[in-house]
Amino acid sequence: MNFDFPDEVKAMQIQADDYLTQTNARAAARHVIEGAPSAARRDWAEMAQMGWTGLIIPEHLGGNDIGYIAQCALAYELGRHVSPAPMASSIYLVAEALVRYGSDAQKQKWLPALAEGRISACFAEAEGLSQGRGDLCAAQVANGVLSGVKKPVPDGMDAELALVVAQEDGETGLYLVELQASGVTRQVVQTIEGIREHAAITFDKAEVDLLVRGQTALTDIKQRAAVCIAFEQVGGAQACLDMAVAFAKERFAFGRAIGSFQAIKHKLADMFVAIELARSNAYFAAWALSTDARELPVAAATARLSAGKAYWLAAKENVQTHGGLGFTWELDCHLYYRRHKALKLLLGGNRVWENRLIDGLKSGLVEL
Amino acid sequence: MDFRDTPEGAEYRKKARAFLEQHAQLEPPDSGRGYRDGNDDPAALERAREWQRIKADAGYAGITWPREYAGQGGTTLEQIIYEQEEAQFDIPRGNFFYIGLGWAMPTLFQWSNKEEILKHAGKVLRGDEIWCQLFSEPAGGSDLAALRTKAVRDGDDWIINGQKIWTSGGQYSDFGILVARNDTTQAKHKGLTCFILDMKSPGVEVRPIRQMSGDSHFNEVFFDNVRIPDSRRLGEVGDGWKVAMTTLMNERYNLVELVPPDFEQIFHLAQNTVLESGPALDDPAIREKLADLYCRAQGMTYTNFRTMSALSQGKTPGPEVSIGKLVNSGRLQESADLGSDLFEQSGMLMEEDMPMRALFQRAYLYSPGWRLGGGTDEILRNTIAERVLGLPQDVRLDKGVAFKDIPTGPTGN
Repeated sequence: MNFDFPDEVKAMQIQADDYLTQTNARAAARHVIEGAPSAARRDWAEMAQMGWTGLIIPEHLGGNDIGYIAQCALAYELGRHVSPAPMASSIYLVAEALVRYGSDAQKQKWLPALAEGRISACFAEAEGLSQGRGDLCAAQVANGVLSGVKKPVPDGMDAELALVVAQEDGETGLYLVELQASGVTRQVVQTIEGIREHAAITFDKAEVDLLVRGQTALTDIKQRAAVCIAFEQVGGAQACLDMAVAFAKERFAFGRAIGSFQAIKHKLADMFVAIELARSNAYFAAWALSTDARELPVAAATARLSAGKAYWLAAKENVQTHGGLGFTWELDCHLYYRRHKALKLLLGGNRVWENRLIDGLKSGLVEL
Repeated sequence: MDFRDTPEGAEYRKKARAFLEQHAQLEPPDSGRGYRDGNDDPAALERAREWQRIKADAGYAGITWPREYAGQGGTTLEQIIYEQEEAQFDIPRGNFFYIGLGWAMPTLFQWSNKEEILKHAGKVLRGDEIWCQLFSEPAGGSDLAALRTKAVRDGDDWIINGQKIWTSGGQYSDFGILVARNDTTQAKHKGLTCFILDMKSPGVEVRPIRQMSGDSHFNEVFFDNVRIPDSRRLGEVGDGWKVAMTTLMNERYNLVELVPPDFEQIFHLAQNTVLESGPALDDPAIREKLADLYCRAQGMTYTNFRTMSALSQGKTPGPEVSIGKLVNSGRLQESADLGSDLFEQSGMLMEEDMPMRALFQRAYLYSPGWRLGGGTDEILRNTIAERVLGLPQDVRLDKGVAFKDIPTGPTGN
């Protein structure tokens, strides 16, 4: 049994941690929220040079094909450093969809550019308040052109390519849209997160290229991305715990370190427990993703719910442990508190995944 | 990443499985499996003893014990593999022997002599000798070192006076490991000494405690001028805390076992219970709770995989091993609560014809004990905070103070 990352992946993870520390990814996130959105792609080309964008892209298409386990390990570090890089949008979602469903021509056209960091991409599904109504969406494709409004689209302002969820003849489909083409207008929208720029994208008879039809493909892509995002969530939660522990050791009140009070100890111990459970569930999901196991739908839902729960606990209790300081703009606690909400809602909230989990168990996808 | 056993592990699992298939039946999830018969039932003891002998003869008792003490000289991994397999079978589950096998004997291996150990080892392996742990007292539970039972030297003997409480299986135990205070002028952790106590000694009185579940697994044990020869002392005089801690460390590790109902059982119940709105499994409120229980159950399963990975590579498991008991006892209580809620008013019924022999109702009453025994939830959180996260100790009013001067109530001593 080897239920751990392989050594070469661990080595890559250490490298990623070093790079994100040296380039101060957290500060880049702060630049974005303070009005310099270009900071999100500041290191994109360098990340591509290090091979981070090509982990699941075949070598003949410009990637390195190292695999999903490495991508999960990298996601953990990106989440821990609350990096604003458009990795989830460009790679976990769009590159993933292209690898799995793209025609040769589509792959040739987009994957090398993504792998080499020449472009970034975004995933456009939500449509403002109508998102609450499940798979219904108003965006329509007819005669090869798309009309509709998508918002919020994370990383949508800067991306060259969008993967858009739309209806055509009453069926859900995924469409590739070039965002610099005519018929596309973009506007910044305010979101809770702020450390990734979000767009409202209006398509007015914009030309599309069909990637794949069917709800199944959409579900498949989302559950695969959910595994990588679970690692970002666990990484973020771990960063919150580390911040809270460090603060609790050095902050004195009533003549002693606040970490010596049981009220603080128990809070932090609960964070540790939730994170370790989430980490273990994420590991299993990484295995299921990398082997295309039949357990994947249940494993992805379990990892996502567990990671979301750990991140929520860690993000809010990190603020609480820091007291008034934790509520200031100046400290980084709010970056994680914001990111938690973004990751929880991207790909659907708990209700969606609870249903997917229980349905998966009902249909016997895993042995109980 | 993979979940396969090592070739040796797979071979061991195959053999264990074959042994179990030869002697027992697999147990279906709706049987209320794993439900413990009351430990005060002599018939249950006899059934458990018979099973223990079969295991011992086949080499599945004392798996990790050294060979020189009649053990198998096996690895912790083999022990875990055997337990994983055994959990799926319908076998007598009395839990009469786990203290002797998992706690007491390993403590003797470290602190006693070969002659003494060999007197007991073979009998413990076969269930012919039962051991208990005489630690907790009315004045010392979570604060174990506050214990007051006195040990006074008298020639070659020690004379013991005082009282223990929460002694698992004390009523049928043959021996116990006792920690007592030999010096009240020392600081609380320093004046303690450990002994092997023959429970049949004159002056030992055992009184079962009736728990909220109605069972009597625990006891009070009273000592009235009980004599223990100095040859049965474990460790040096004054080293009792160190000796007691070896046993406690074993206890923490061993307590991470699954007590029913497990997830499969609560899932099975929800799948087969019809509410006014349809199957309980399709009710959104039930789904939310089940999904959460599943996440915690799987989180523990895979955390154990991480532990097994480390063990199989000859590494020491990481700090994640510390979460097991805290997580498992919490979800046990919540499963019991949810399982009885599904039946509305009839969820109160504790009749044998309730699903799984009223497992959920019984578990509702026995689960609080699992959040207390072997380290309360609160003590375990302190341990994680201090040992794993490195947070400073709380302010202590009893540190460096002679035991006799430590306050014990609002009006002082």
